[in-house]
Amino acid sequence: MNTLLIIAGKELREATRNRWVVATTLLMAALALTLSFLGSVPTGTVGVGPVEVTIVSLSSLTIFLLPLIALLLSFDAVVGEIDRGTMTLLLSYPVARWQLLLGKFLGHAAVIALATVVGYGAAGVALAMGGTAIGADSWRAFAAMIGSSVMLGAAFTALGYLASTIVRDRGTAAGIAVAVWLGFVLLYDMALLGILASGSGLGVETLNWLLLANPADAYRLFNLTGFKGVSAFAGTAGLAAHVQLSVPLLLAVMAGWIAAPLALAAALFSRKQI
Amino acid sequence: MTDFTAEVQGVTKRYGETEAVRGVDLTLAPGECVAMVGHNGAGKSSLIKLMLGLTTPTEGRIRVLGGDPASAACSPIRRRIGFLPENVAFHPSMTGRETLDFYARLKGAPCRDNDALFEKVGLEPAAIRRRVSTYSKGMRQRLALAQALLGGPKLLFLDEPTTGLDPALRQSFYAIVAELRDRGTTILLCSHALTELEGQADRVVVMNRGRKVADGSLATLRSLAQLPVRIRLTLPTGDIDALAARVGEGAALTRLAGGVVELACANDDKVGLVRRIACDGPTVQDIEIVQPSLDEMYAHFLRREAAE
Repeated sequence: MNTLLIIAGKELREATRNRWVVATTLLMAALALTLSFLGSVPTGTVGVGPVEVTIVSLSSLTIFLLPLIALLLSFDAVVGEIDRGTMTLLLSYPVARWQLLLGKFLGHAAVIALATVVGYGAAGVALAMGGTAIGADSWRAFAAMIGSSVMLGAAFTALGYLASTIVRDRGTAAGIAVAVWLGFVLLYDMALLGILASGSGLGVETLNWLLLANPADAYRLFNLTGFKGVSAFAGTAGLAAHVQLSVPLLLAVMAGWIAAPLALAAALFSRKQI
Repeated sequence: MTDFTAEVQGVTKRYGETEAVRGVDLTLAPGECVAMVGHNGAGKSSLIKLMLGLTTPTEGRIRVLGGDPASAACSPIRRRIGFLPENVAFHPSMTGRETLDFYARLKGAPCRDNDALFEKVGLEPAAIRRRVSTYSKGMRQRLALAQALLGGPKLLFLDEPTTGLDPALRQSFYAIVAELRDRGTTILLCSHALTELEGQADRVVVMNRGRKVADGSLATLRSLAQLPVRIRLTLPTGDIDALAARVGEGAALTRLAGGVVELACANDDKVGLVRRIACDGPTVQDIEIVQPSLDEMYAHFLRREAAE
């Protein structure tokens, strides 16, 4: 346990040093604040809109942005250290390889968590100071959005680690990371939409499973259909009634998307000849 | 049970088609400083990686400090091993102190001893506070040595430790190595700089293309190699014929620049030859005896290996 914390702490400190933490936090805060102030522009008013509007717009944006940040942060984690020669020395220490991998992951996940909580938290503070009364349910939905965003980031960090462990050079790892982002975030939904539009008669059951096979979709469903108030604004109320995926199941799927790539990466890494 | 610090038995390591290490046997005893010499790609670093447990042997068996270095339960073993890798790299955004503290915590060594380590390897307090990215090659190498010495290792692997160090630093480096050896630490030292290993190593292991071609003390290797000893004489008169008559059949005579004559003879004939020249040869102004250097012996063992 101690070893994990030492490695995670070092990773977090490094990320702080090379401005990763500051840059991501500022980016997240800027986006969140912009969206919470301008989110109701289409309705004709500029000012802090209801929390639900912010959640809808913010979670839609998170789906694109956070996986990209997470992959950028993680694709270099293993292959980069091998490349630079720091890995050989590290592995000669009394550290098991899974500890090294998990420790580094925890550090990177902490960077994502920090940036998300502080950045989106800033928007929350802005909303609270906006003057409009906000119900406890809305706050719960907002907190759930932040929490699931951290999970989404962690899932893509884990995928980045897997990419970083599989290959032998950094360029390939970067390529895989970009492909993962394109595939899960952009192409997957387009393909799904295409299949649905072509009227191939995809059953609800199959669609549910296909949505679970993508961490970004699990995140979207969790935030847009998990809370009644939100789904009314997201225009997904109808969908929410049809999708029979419960909140615990969606959370479990996202947790699985963190654990599975990480476990696979650890297994591959422990067999890798350095 | 054996008393050896490290034991390598019939170890072969293949990476795909290439054989990095081929059937190597090697034992390291406590308090021994062993020098491993060989070209690039001779299998030195591969052998060290195997002994560190970073890779596993394709064939053969390795025991280090009484256990298998690649097993899951190797942490107590690794706590007592120090390693200075070739082309050492550190995380550039951390300071010298943070780097050493990080490695000390990983090894379970108390961080309060780090100041003494910094002083021992000669890193100034001002340098310790700076980021590693600003370090010169020599400073990085000092930091690398400091991390290898963390926790008072019983076994120390030094891979090309003196590359990029200035002569003064090399001296202090070998002083540290000698001190450790006297306290019972086993040291395996890889180097290209053969001449500086003379007088440092108790034993020399010559590697070539993954194979161990020679193993023994410098004196043993000398007698094995049977390389000629060279005697250099400065003759004021230039009377070479008189000298040649004295020398006889046992030695080859070459004339060098500046009135210097070189005689090459077998090590056993050396004393007799010097006596004959000194007692009743021509006047000799100066005499110098040159033992075959490690460089020459290394070249000899490689030639022999190639001939086989």
